[in-house]
Amino acid sequence: MRFKAELLNAEEMRRALYRIAHEVVEANKGTEGLVLVGIHTRGIPLAGRIARYIREFEGREVPVGILDITLYRDDLSEIGLRPQVRETRIPLDLTGKAVVLVDDVLYTGRTARAALDALMDLGRPKRIYLAVLVDRGHRELPIRADFVGKNVPTARNEVVKVKVQEVDGEDRVELWEREGA
Amino acid sequence: MRHLLDFGGWTRQEVESLLDTAKVMAEVLQRPVKKVPALQGFTVATVFFEPSTRTRLSFELAARRMSADVVSFTAQTSSLQKGESYKDTLLTLEAMGVDAYVIRADAAGVPHQATRWVKGVVVNGGDGRRAHPTQALLDAYTLLEALGSLEGKKIAIVGDILHSRVARSNAELLPLLGAEVWCAGPPSLLPQALPGARLTPSLEEALAEADAVMVLRLQRERMEAGLVNLQDYIAHYQVTEARLRRAKPQAPLLHPGPMNRDVELEGTLADSERSLVARQVQNGVAVRMAVLYHLLVGKERA
Repeated sequence: MRFKAELLNAEEMRRALYRIAHEVVEANKGTEGLVLVGIHTRGIPLAGRIARYIREFEGREVPVGILDITLYRDDLSEIGLRPQVRETRIPLDLTGKAVVLVDDVLYTGRTARAALDALMDLGRPKRIYLAVLVDRGHRELPIRADFVGKNVPTARNEVVKVKVQEVDGEDRVELWEREGA
Repeated sequence: MRHLLDFGGWTRQEVESLLDTAKVMAEVLQRPVKKVPALQGFTVATVFFEPSTRTRLSFELAARRMSADVVSFTAQTSSLQKGESYKDTLLTLEAMGVDAYVIRADAAGVPHQATRWVKGVVVNGGDGRRAHPTQALLDAYTLLEALGSLEGKKIAIVGDILHSRVARSNAELLPLLGAEVWCAGPPSLLPQALPGARLTPSLEEALAEADAVMVLRLQRERMEAGLVNLQDYIAHYQVTEARLRRAKPQAPLLHPGPMNRDVELEGTLADSERSLVARQVQNGVAVRMAVLYHLLVGKERA
């Protein structure tokens, strides 16, 4: 793969997540009944950061859960290899809550669809929002994000890599190109 | 892992990966909706040439919890009674589009044979005295839950070792996780050797400082007459409160079931807080979900 561009640096990433945190509180008219759920892997630290920012400016703690959607994927036969199933941990009953699903990149929409199915099995939320750091387009399902850090028109042969301090040791979003594709 | 027949060739990492998946499956079983679509479109057949209640139900529930279709075959109500062979029975199921076969047989080696007959994946649901790998996996899972780690832990398996596929599979599996396995029973119910385990006719020696005790059923249906005297067995080998004092305090008790109360195990102990019998059954579903998932997902359909 060939590196093409830096889409967001650490400071731009922080600002994008800070803005999403404000938009979430605005949309929900406060923090009442709000729950953040991060999708494995990088959605988890991103959800944690949004919760931290909300605590900073609202002084209210918002519960954060983690969700693994492997058991809900519809593209397992295309993966070929056995996908790793990871932990799902939701700290409270989601029934009647406003849930914000948090992921790093929105692409085909299949991950979001699987996450919606998983959430429905975990309770009956009053409302589900979708927050993503990067929307790179190419949807295969009628799904859109409610909160987007940055919209990036991409080509199919390009790859968006979100790096987060907690997993990758740095905050940065990069655009790469598959060679020979 | 193409099939699950026994633990030959397994690594510690593979076992741990499977048990990690079982942990996720256990969480699924705690949800309001205890079902995921992971195996939607797959068909699992439970093919039981030998009677069983818990293993068959546990596998069927495991498959259903992952949205697989399940067909169930039991020898007592089948064309086997009309002389159909094991092979033809399996080929009939294969023609119906089955993806996974859970096979229980009174003869050792039937699941191995089956892998040559069918294209689908084969899970050994217990064959003769040879192996019962999913029972060992659920035992390991339950022991890990109770003890945290099996590294350096002494696990005593007590009872009819000779006829026990559970003892054999546990002796194969538990050492992979770092445990030391001791098997104790009357000399007439001890095999010549059991790879992975230390054999002793002394119950006291096996129980001494044991971190956990697994009690086995006397398999009288597999015994020749006179192999053991029941009263003698109870007098010398029944696991009682008094004998259990040799083990570590609060060492948990396991039993693969079905249990003969007050034969191999004192009835009060079976109901005590130390007993993990119900927990084993509960964990069995999660472990079997993990096994079916690991075998079927990512594999080309049969």
